[in-house]
Amino acid sequence: MRGAKSAKWVAGAAIIALAATACGGGNDDAEKGKGGDKGAVNADGIFSVEVGEPQNPLQPANTMESNGSIVTDSIFSQLVDYDPAGKLEMINAESVDTKDSKLWTVKLKKDWKFHDGTPVTAESYIKAWNWAANVKNNQTNASWFGDIKGFSDVHPDDAKAKPKSDAMSGLKKVDDYTFTIELNSPLPYFSYKLGYTVFSPLPESFYADPKAAGEKPVGNGAYKFVSWDHKKQIKVVRNDDYKGADKAMNGGVVFKNYTTLETAYEDLKSGNVDVLRQIGPKDLPVYRADLGDRAVDKAYSAIQTIAVAFYTDQWKKIDPKVLQGLSMGIDRDTITKTVLQGTREPATGWVAKGVLGFQKDAAGDVTKFDPAKAKKLIKDGGGVPGNKISIQFNADGGHKEWVEAVCNSIKQSTGVACVTDSKADFQADTNARDGKQVKSLYRSGWVLDYPVNANFISDLFRTGAAGNQGDFSNKGLDAEIKKADSAASLDDSVAAYQKIEKELVNYMPSIPLWYYKVNAGYSEKVQNVDYAQDGDPILTKIEVKK
Amino acid sequence: MGRYVARRLLQMIPVFLGTTLLIFLMVYTLPGDPVRGLFGDKGVDPATLARLRHEKGLDLPILQQYWNYMTGIVLHFDFGDQIASGRPVTDVLGDAFPVTLRLAGMAFVIEIVIGISLGTIAGLRAGRLTDNVVLVFTLLIISIPVFVLGFIIKAVFAFQLDWISPNVSSEARWSELLAPAIVLGSLSLAYVARLTRTTMAENLRSDYMRTAIAKGLPKRRIVGVHLMRNSLIPVITFLGTDLGALMGGAVVTEGLFNVKGIGGTIYESIQKREGTTLVGLVTVLVLVYLLMSLIVDLLYAVLDPRIRYA
Repeated sequence: MRGAKSAKWVAGAAIIALAATACGGGNDDAEKGKGGDKGAVNADGIFSVEVGEPQNPLQPANTMESNGSIVTDSIFSQLVDYDPAGKLEMINAESVDTKDSKLWTVKLKKDWKFHDGTPVTAESYIKAWNWAANVKNNQTNASWFGDIKGFSDVHPDDAKAKPKSDAMSGLKKVDDYTFTIELNSPLPYFSYKLGYTVFSPLPESFYADPKAAGEKPVGNGAYKFVSWDHKKQIKVVRNDDYKGADKAMNGGVVFKNYTTLETAYEDLKSGNVDVLRQIGPKDLPVYRADLGDRAVDKAYSAIQTIAVAFYTDQWKKIDPKVLQGLSMGIDRDTITKTVLQGTREPATGWVAKGVLGFQKDAAGDVTKFDPAKAKKLIKDGGGVPGNKISIQFNADGGHKEWVEAVCNSIKQSTGVACVTDSKADFQADTNARDGKQVKSLYRSGWVLDYPVNANFISDLFRTGAAGNQGDFSNKGLDAEIKKADSAASLDDSVAAYQKIEKELVNYMPSIPLWYYKVNAGYSEKVQNVDYAQDGDPILTKIEVKK
Repeated sequence: MGRYVARRLLQMIPVFLGTTLLIFLMVYTLPGDPVRGLFGDKGVDPATLARLRHEKGLDLPILQQYWNYMTGIVLHFDFGDQIASGRPVTDVLGDAFPVTLRLAGMAFVIEIVIGISLGTIAGLRAGRLTDNVVLVFTLLIISIPVFVLGFIIKAVFAFQLDWISPNVSSEARWSELLAPAIVLGSLSLAYVARLTRTTMAENLRSDYMRTAIAKGLPKRRIVGVHLMRNSLIPVITFLGTDLGALMGGAVVTEGLFNVKGIGGTIYESIQKREGTTLVGLVTVLVLVYLLMSLIVDLLYAVLDPRIRYA
């Protein structure tokens, strides 16, 4: 999702992204970026990417939105990463092992250094995580450390309480290059979470002045930070001492700041910027013709849904059949083709493509358009209370057209009255969601945090999960999730979640609409441009032509 | 004269307080919370949220927040920090103002030179073909929305003829700012032309003009001094307020041409509920408006000796 960013602001086709990164490094048989004739490569060539101004300082645990995370991900490497197929790869870690999914042992590669020359040790990780988790340091991503034992001591739930300690008891150093992580409860896919930016190590120099470090980050990643000219550009250059498998194939990146997607596209055509992350709605009809084989059209791991405010009187005691009926009353094929100009793909389940455990048609018939069946299901379920629904969305995000289309589709096929409930901007939209003021239904989207299907189920539909803003709650489902989380191995856990996804039809915690696609493009100067699961270009693999 | 200026300067204080308070309250009443916005679409961790709000002083009563903010500005020239990025607001303003000043300045010069010349030509030939051509031209400009004009200029000069690059680069050179300045100044240019034309045509028929012609003065002097001085009073009034409008109102134009100036910053601050940045910006713009209107008032006295400020 793009920042609202961005970015992306005036253009507004922006969804705020909080995506984990997957830079699938060093995998030679990964799918090569298509298009362009393969020219001779200038290994030190520098290319530019379109971004917006990062919202926060560039601290790894403080960066959530896409404009900041694309930069921090280039400067910081984590223990692990995943390839485009969702397979785990070791980056800074030699190995990440566990016997019971509760106690994890991490061994580091020994020759890694930060950009300032200091070695990356177990201490660099432990201290960084303790610092980021500590409530006193106000890191917006602190809750990511919640799985680790002792998190509540450094980050009490109560805003008034002082942290009891400044270290999590679950992190223990074994020797300089080995440490163990003890979790509160078993989590077979915890190693996947470790690929998220928030789990980056920090150099000793960071703690002297964290604020300054956010302006001039020193990391351990494939690129070194050079300069940040606010609202204009951010420069990074290749780190020649980088020991990871995902070494950069180019000399560096300039992140060029654009206020709108339209201006960025114009600059792409006139050769002033090399790689785009998104195309504005205005240019979608023409971009394939303009760019030829340099146009990108690829699914990534994000899904758009209509979520249900289960705390309202309307949905409190609803029979899931009614929601199944509403879902079957939406003509996804036509809307994605016409209103959304082919930039989305109709969803057939709740888990997005490109993550472990994705299964086609997980929702069965519920995502298929069938007006007759839709009417019948709604009638069997006792009808929609009040026979009227509204869908809330933020008007600054380019959602208006498709929300209206969905509404019309439901109206025509089921006879249920449907109105759009537009909030002026994203701030007002989240405000209503947090305050439990959504009247009926609301637009919701989810980009992967880590490529495991649990992320699209447990983090959205578990009672009390942070992403569960509609207060969906089902004891049976919670028990199943708990069981899946304590499965013996990752494969078992993924399989258990696959089973849960098949059962979601009987609960209908939300109505899946469609998967997102990357619609982007690049200039003639670069080749081998590919995009990862989070929709960002894989910077290290891009080659600059001579 | 000196006393008049001093009095006008003193009047700025209540205006300044009133406008900043209004903006502050407006931002405050918008739904949404800048700190909550940092967390985006995902759920929030309440402890961190509460701590951040407390540190930024956002949990105080609104009037107390306003008081703290104003004392910071007045006593230490400290406009506070941005909530999300933590950058001092003075830095943000310092980045945005220079480029907007140059853009607005250029647009201003374009609108004065072209607007007044067109108006003069039309006014001197009132009712003839030239006048009608200028009328059609100015009406056309007034009726085209800014973004359409921007797209037309880009399509023709950047994509068809390849004379200019479509967007302003991060250096924002003068040559690059020409296209956005033309787009920004075009609407006001049309108004200036219409105003000039009307007052000129009126004053041409006045007694003192007839006298000047009867005395046998050269034409240049009649038009350039006698006619111009009187006719420019309404135009000057319009131009004075327009400079402020050009600086604060360039949101669309700056967005179109990727200029990183005040317009975009205002838009972004509203979207992210960055009250401090917004009040800082508005404060500077209010001062610009007040100063411009003072200069305009003093210019009246220069143009028309009958207007005196005791």
